[in-house]
Amino acid sequence: MPCTVSMTVNGKAVSREVEERTLLVTFLRDQLGLTGTHVGCDTSQCGACVVHIDGRSVKSCTMLAAQADGAAVTTIEGLAAADGTLHPMQAAFREHHGLQCGFCTPGMVMSAVDLVTANPSPSEHDVREGLEGNICRCTGYHNIVKAVMAGAEAMQGGTMKAAAE
Amino acid sequence: MANPTGIGASVRRREDARFLTGRGTYTDDINRPGQTHAVFVRSPYAHARITGIDAAEAMRAPGVIAVLTGADMETDKVGSLPCGWLIHSKDGSPMKEPPHFPIARDRARYVGDAVAVVIAETREQAKDAAELVMVDYEELPAAVTSLKALEGGAPLVHDDVGGNLCFDWHLGDAAAVDAAFAQAAHVAKLDLVNQRLVPNAMEPRAALGEYDRATGEHTLTTTSQNPHVIRLLMGAFVLGIPEHKLRVVAPDVGGGFGSKIFHYGEEAVVTWAAKKVGRPVKWTAERSESFLTDAHGRDHVSHAELAMDKDGNFLALRVATIANMGAYLSTFAPSIPTYLYATLLAGQYKTPAIYAEVKAVFTNTVPVDAYRGAGRPEACYLIERLVEVAAAETGIDKAELRRRNFVPASAMPYQTPVALQYDTGDFAKNLDIALPLVDYDGFAARKAESARRGKLRGIGFATYIEACGIAPSNVAGALGARAGLYESAEVRFHPTGSVTVFTGSHSHGQGHETTFAQLVSERFGVPIENVEIVHGDTSKIPFGMGTYGSRSLAVGGSAIVKAMDKVERKAKKIAAHMLEAAEADIEVKDGRFVVAGTDKALTIGDIALQAYVPHNFPLDELEPGLDEQAFYDPKNFTYPNGCHVCEVEIDPDTGVVQVVSFAAVDDFGRVINPLIVEGQVHGGLVQGIGQALYENCVYDEESGQLITGSYMDYCMPRADDVPSFTVRYHEDQPCTHNPLGVKGCGEAGTIGASAAVMNAVVHALSEYGVTHLDMPATPERVWQAIRRHTPAQAAE
Amino acid sequence: MYAFTYHRPKSVADAVALLGQFEDPKLLGGGQTLLPTLKQRLARPSDLIDLGQIPELQGIREEAGGLTVGAFTRHAEVAHSETVQRVIPALASLAEGIGDRQVRNMGTLGGSICNADPSADYPAAVVALKATVRTDRREIAGDDFFTGMFETALEPGEIVTAVHFRTPDKAAYAKFRNPASRYAIVGVFVAVFGSEVRVTVTGAGPSVFRADDMEAALAQDFRADALNGASVSADGLNADIHASADYRAHLVRVMARRAVEACG
Ligand SMILES: Cc1cc2nc3c(=O)[nH]c(=O)nc-3n(C[C@H](O)[C@H](O)[C@H](O)COP(=O)(O)OP(=O)(O)OC[C@H]3O[C@@H](n4cnc5c(N)ncnc54)[C@H](O)[C@@H]3O)c2cc1C
Ligand code: FES
Ligand code: FES
Repeated sequence: MPCTVSMTVNGKAVSREVEERTLLVTFLRDQLGLTGTHVGCDTSQCGACVVHIDGRSVKSCTMLAAQADGAAVTTIEGLAAADGTLHPMQAAFREHHGLQCGFCTPGMVMSAVDLVTANPSPSEHDVREGLEGNICRCTGYHNIVKAVMAGAEAMQGGTMKAAAE
Repeated sequence: MANPTGIGASVRRREDARFLTGRGTYTDDINRPGQTHAVFVRSPYAHARITGIDAAEAMRAPGVIAVLTGADMETDKVGSLPCGWLIHSKDGSPMKEPPHFPIARDRARYVGDAVAVVIAETREQAKDAAELVMVDYEELPAAVTSLKALEGGAPLVHDDVGGNLCFDWHLGDAAAVDAAFAQAAHVAKLDLVNQRLVPNAMEPRAALGEYDRATGEHTLTTTSQNPHVIRLLMGAFVLGIPEHKLRVVAPDVGGGFGSKIFHYGEEAVVTWAAKKVGRPVKWTAERSESFLTDAHGRDHVSHAELAMDKDGNFLALRVATIANMGAYLSTFAPSIPTYLYATLLAGQYKTPAIYAEVKAVFTNTVPVDAYRGAGRPEACYLIERLVEVAAAETGIDKAELRRRNFVPASAMPYQTPVALQYDTGDFAKNLDIALPLVDYDGFAARKAESARRGKLRGIGFATYIEACGIAPSNVAGALGARAGLYESAEVRFHPTGSVTVFTGSHSHGQGHETTFAQLVSERFGVPIENVEIVHGDTSKIPFGMGTYGSRSLAVGGSAIVKAMDKVERKAKKIAAHMLEAAEADIEVKDGRFVVAGTDKALTIGDIALQAYVPHNFPLDELEPGLDEQAFYDPKNFTYPNGCHVCEVEIDPDTGVVQVVSFAAVDDFGRVINPLIVEGQVHGGLVQGIGQALYENCVYDEESGQLITGSYMDYCMPRADDVPSFTVRYHEDQPCTHNPLGVKGCGEAGTIGASAAVMNAVVHALSEYGVTHLDMPATPERVWQAIRRHTPAQAAE
Repeated sequence: MYAFTYHRPKSVADAVALLGQFEDPKLLGGGQTLLPTLKQRLARPSDLIDLGQIPELQGIREEAGGLTVGAFTRHAEVAHSETVQRVIPALASLAEGIGDRQVRNMGTLGGSICNADPSADYPAAVVALKATVRTDRREIAGDDFFTGMFETALEPGEIVTAVHFRTPDKAAYAKFRNPASRYAIVGVFVAVFGSEVRVTVTGAGPSVFRADDMEAALAQDFRADALNGASVSADGLNADIHASADYRAHLVRVMARRAVEACG
């Protein structure tokens, strides 16, 4: 049965009629064409589909689009600034070669941003634990961890500056 | 002046910009107007006769366009998925090669074997309808493990393959080995299992077929590491589509690790079905489907013996291996346990005589083929475990025993007794770098410190050598390859000086768009932003063989160098004409074309413009244009090698193994982009550690059901399972036979790591008298090993 | 997923009313178990009733010698709640160890206990902390709530509204997680109430259970070494490719020791 879901995605209000069984990830990919959010498993474990709902990271493959009705959703496409400047976490992944095939990357970056928002100066241990819901088969995590630590520092720099203004 | 985007620079990857912002385009991200969706009906039995398929109800379900079966494919004369490598048994007979149809016809041979395909307007509708396809199965007993499949009276996977034996092959000099064993002072023996693994690239396989009624052209977009190979195999052998009417595109691909080399039935089905239904057909695997249908890796059972003299010098090695092929021969399957395995059994050692026997067996499981390392990790694991056993039994220090038996650098080039000729390598140097790096001498103190915390500690080594840069076509052909294994490149300068490089190699994480551009930037001084690397589309690139076997840079990169040589030759001619000098007087310096001894010079940009605006060219001597193509066929394999050292700590209460440090010292020849090379090593190491400690593909031995069919049971290493790594490389042993001096780095980490970890685990457990443990060293296995070796009361 | 109709009631009363209207309705908590199940087509509810917008089901309150946690309280909220960390820190750390960050951001206490997965973590706390499970129609003692593998004392259409946990003198939870799924292979919760010690075990058996021998030994002498003589029998314990029954029995003792040590 179709139902109408409305939400804010990357700052823009959207509204679509979908089957009620539509997952959020399917909604984002098929209805909105936001294919940066990936699907890597069917048991809610790989984290390729992580997006933010009202600022918290969730697995969009394990949430109905209808459950997100009224929420503010941020996907990887909405992370960079409007002028295209990369978010400090995206920039850190590039600088530290935290990605190879890029498939896990959107989910990894979204998880990392959430993790660092909650814990602005994580230790290596914190980062590794905090990413346990994201599987990467390419990088061996070494450079991802480096990138997240660097991204955390850069994000703090950003907030401190913003606070000073 | 060092070029900041030239060879040796850690240039940040250009492809990252799209991947980091969600603009990567993977196969499942592509949607075509009028697109339909395919869902496969798959066998729930490991072995069953298909006695009838009733699709009537499924056809009536909402949105269903077609339900197609093996019989429909047969009517359309669709062929069998071909195998790319022919192995001959000891007795000279060719391997058994039963047909492998994209959709099973009368019998399903593994859980997940495709039985029908439903095509519908949406994916959910196709799934709904797939449940309504009624298949009558007559279940048959299954042969699940390779050992059981070889037993007399085992169920036959293919009626005409007696004993389920695909081939019984050997390599080496049996008589010389027997003679050496007769004189040995000590023989170390080991039985080991190299368990089955699921490659698990994070992007599940997907395929999108399209047919253009107007031109009769088919297009397949697929998650492939080598689109031309798919075009060749599928066009020529399966669907009978001539190459000029078949375009295969592999867009961004989310990891491969071998599993996306092979030609899979689903690719043929969507290509064929798109024409039948007259609309694009897309199929995307769900992860559980990937577990069931992606070709798996490894699955060897081996016995090995090493003969030594009284000083620990290796005299001979004897190996017998049983390799599981699964239910059908996947594209490269027979080459993995033969020419990519037995030929590497010399390792880094000068063992004078080696003999290996390999039996390949059909079972009712998904096909087994190359998985990162492909044959070479199996060889390395076997040798390095055996050497460690030998060290423990003879009491010779394990580093020392290795050093004593290394092929010395002075012996290069070195002909092994198993068909390879190593060109360069300084194995002792790798070890010399590694020992202080891991503070080998400080191990005893660290072990004592662990003991104070109630933990066991072990250190393990693995030295490896691999044959990469696959492959010299003439050698491969002599060994049974049915294709050439060269690579192609085209370097096209545009009038304004920007460059497009077309490569037959394929990137699915390796960073070709950066590394290959560095080659051009270095050679011609072109800013890297002006170099575009095009790969993965058979309608754009020259015929190429794709990416596997750590071959991209060594073979694909060398092809680019050859094409650049041609560009340079032509550019010199143009420069000579423009500068009114003799061609012989033109020198190339820092990317500039200079008349020797003068300050007259041109950049490649000046020359390119002239090449396309040839208003006053001497046309009989000089054609317009600056666009050259080359094919590079390597003269030999390349031989990356290295030394890995792992330290583990074990909690004896729970059996949990933790990798506390890992150092890799590698010789990859020349390194073009250190950042990318190190990344390749890190990733490889974690796959190796994954095999050693976490990953295990388990089928139920009776029913043939896949027990580890999702990440709930198949343990993928996560960030909190592994440490950060210490990675070093040296560049003073460049490859001697390719123009870049590169050896390849894609698989090295995986090849060395499993053995290093397991050697460390066994070392830690040696105080209990444990001498061997099969992978993966799960907590329970470790705990059981401790318990078996502990007197009952001592546990209390 | 099979098709279903989705509802989002604003009160427990509305949810109850909806439950009565349909043939095969199912409550949707955080969805972290139910949605994967539906994706695999292992269930086919006619209607999903989302409990996510019902204020009565949310929140954490200090109350009557313990904590009351609303059924629709996410694992992350329990883990990070200052109240939980102060009153029953062991409960916060148990919640912090469930699944991964994203699962904790969605999964709820109610969903976890109603699902009664044999390897879930919360059941160990419910029994060890002498909890009372409140529903739309009654209160159920934690001791009586879990009746078997994926089975509870709930009647069809009964909605869990909150769980009241009693504050122990001290408590700790030690988990040995499945390396693949990260659920508990064995989890042991130890709680001390005066002279009474509760030792509950999850993951090891078909359902959470109390380790009587261990409770008795610890009541005598609350030290890890007191457990040396006590053990749980491997008979009837779960066995799978990750852990045999013997190994689970062994891990129960190891985890119990660790929990006791963590109690300080
Ligand atoms: C990757 C992953 C890892 C996980 N790891 C762990 C782990 O380590 N430990 C662990 O304990 N769990 C783990 N879980 C499960 C997780 O904790 C779930 O959140 C939990 O089991 C179910 O809670 P939920 O709120 O998501 O409920 P749902 O999935 O929405 O519902 C589960 C069941 O409970 C019913 N239900 C929900 N709420 C109520 C209610 N108020 N009254 C009556 N019935 C109700 C539903 O109808 C359904 O039958 C994991 C899950 C995933 C996906
Ligand atoms: S797709 Fe794997 S967790 Fe969502
Ligand atoms: S970069 Fe390929 S899976 Fe992470």
